Amino acid sequence: MNAHLPALQVVLPLLAAPVCVLLRNRRVVGVWATLIAWASLAIAITMLVHTMEHGTISYALGGWESPLGIELRVDVANAFLATIVTGIASIVLPYGPGSATLAIPQDRQYLFYTAFLLCMTGLLGMSVTGDAFNVFVFVEITSLSSYTLIALGKGRRALTAAFSYLVMGTIGGTFILLAIGLCYQMTGTLNMADMALRLQPVMGTRTVLVAFGFFVVGASIKLALFPLHQWMPNAYTHAPSVVSAFLSATATKVSYFVLVRVVFTIFGAAYVFGTVHFEWLLMPLSIAAMFVGSIAAMYQTHIKRLLAYSSMAQIGYMTLGLSMNSVEGLTGGLVHLFNHGLMKGGLFLVVANITFRLNSSKIQDMAGLARKMPWTTLAFAVGGLSLIGVPGTAGFISKWYLVQAALMKGQIWLALLILMSSLLAVGYVWKVIEVMLLKPPTKRVENTTPAPLRMIWPVWVMIGSTVVFGLWTTWTGTVAEVAAETLMGLR
Amino acid sequence: MSKPNPMRMREMVVVREVSRILIPFILLFALYVQFHGDFGPGGGFQAGVIFAAGLVLYGLIHGLDALQRAVPPRLIEVLAAGGVMLYGGVGLVTIALGGQFLEYKVLDPHHGEHWGLLLIEGGVGITVTASMTAIFYAFAGRDTVQNQEKR
Repeated sequence: MNAHLPALQVVLPLLAAPVCVLLRNRRVVGVWATLIAWASLAIAITMLVHTMEHGTISYALGGWESPLGIELRVDVANAFLATIVTGIASIVLPYGPGSATLAIPQDRQYLFYTAFLLCMTGLLGMSVTGDAFNVFVFVEITSLSSYTLIALGKGRRALTAAFSYLVMGTIGGTFILLAIGLCYQMTGTLNMADMALRLQPVMGTRTVLVAFGFFVVGASIKLALFPLHQWMPNAYTHAPSVVSAFLSATATKVSYFVLVRVVFTIFGAAYVFGTVHFEWLLMPLSIAAMFVGSIAAMYQTHIKRLLAYSSMAQIGYMTLGLSMNSVEGLTGGLVHLFNHGLMKGGLFLVVANITFRLNSSKIQDMAGLARKMPWTTLAFAVGGLSLIGVPGTAGFISKWYLVQAALMKGQIWLALLILMSSLLAVGYVWKVIEVMLLKPPTKRVENTTPAPLRMIWPVWVMIGSTVVFGLWTTWTGTVAEVAAETLMGLR
Repeated sequence: MSKPNPMRMREMVVVREVSRILIPFILLFALYVQFHGDFGPGGGFQAGVIFAAGLVLYGLIHGLDALQRAVPPRLIEVLAAGGVMLYGGVGLVTIALGGQFLEYKVLDPHHGEHWGLLLIEGGVGITVTASMTAIFYAFAGRDTVQNQEKR
């Protein structure tokens, strides 16, 4: 059975989704989806352990050998990503849809779980496939299901947010498809490794350059790189908080991974950084994202919008790591991918708890919340400290890697910029903490009680692990470094 | 639903009678495209769309209620899920028989490829038919959905 893990990783949630439709009962479906997520997590961890010890697993779908057939190719980087996606899903699913923030009646909530599992299928497919066209198919599965998930949010604005994401996402998906088409035209193959080989003789052509451009823009829309981030604040604000937690922790991360794959696996660092000088574009945009995102976050009055802009800034750190074109930089990017997934997922779950009780996501409505929901406030504070990058939290580790990578390249100014933008994070985190801690409670807050235990433990699993991975860095550091070396072809 | 035209479509003799003749042939043609997919152009997706077109035509002429009596929304939901499960199920069976995912030749040394393809295309056909019909239900039934919410 072990040999089939790459296929089962994708097929398990894919087949579990229609079962949700047949089961229908809200509670049964909830338990079922959670079990599937846990099983997928077990598969992902098994694959990660296997790839760390024995190297890449290649799986020929339908028995057709690559490059003719579709190949699922799992190395440490892919397995690392699959572990993140399934891990976040395993924590978010038991939390449930957070009924107060859902627009659909309870007897149709099984559709939430169906869409959730399909979204997971797409993300896992993007993580494990070694076939360029497969990437596009899974991008579409992910996107279509995430439009549905976002549209489930309460209020009509969720529909417009989902629609504008649909327009942007379709453009992104189309660009990726165009890029794949151009590469296919030049090479006659869709297998990524084979495509990389066959692109070598034709690297100088304009077609390949245009293909690279389409890939970059398409993936950048999906990962919400500044200035293509417009869809993200609205989508995360109006989606149910649980959906924001899952998507912010996984969807943009997997898109980042697709960009990394395009850069290193398909086109190769020599072309991307040597000939095209992609870093001249990516580095300024990443730095702009770090600052614009953090500054915009300071001016928000809705807590979910604040977190969304903060995500945009954090994505800047990840792409910055990529733009450095070094193992250290990419390791920093990948570590931050993992750590930011945990902290932003955790913070959105905290917000889900708060909106569940307060029925509002305005920051001013949360005045004095610390007195009524002390644990939730503490969780927000810890997650916030991690966003800033205080030592002892996961955020510190990823910034440490990035600063180190910048110093190794002799770019002290870059290290200073990373530290400065971290200071900006203090601004928007303190803004929320101050209101929760120091302001006198409003009437709305006076009448609240702490969230039920069912909704508190997932928050603490996420927030707790940001502290765990802030103190114990062997695992994340080693895995991310091996993943970065694999991606850059040094292993 | 608004009624700009007092005359209903099912009361128009030409429309009603022509569709009565056409619908069985549309459905039959869909099955032809489905099963001819092995030897020529066609397959589950196209067949599913054609089959759903037959159902939609019936719905347009005789009204949504008549169509939903013939094909209840709950059945559509089950079919949409069932088609995907048939497709994936074939893959799981091939794994159980010792092959790779969707490696049909382990089903049977002589006819495996044929049977496997027939089954998964059947799954595609069922799901596409159901999804197209579900989309029609969603658009045509907008009024009903809003009324449901009020209730």
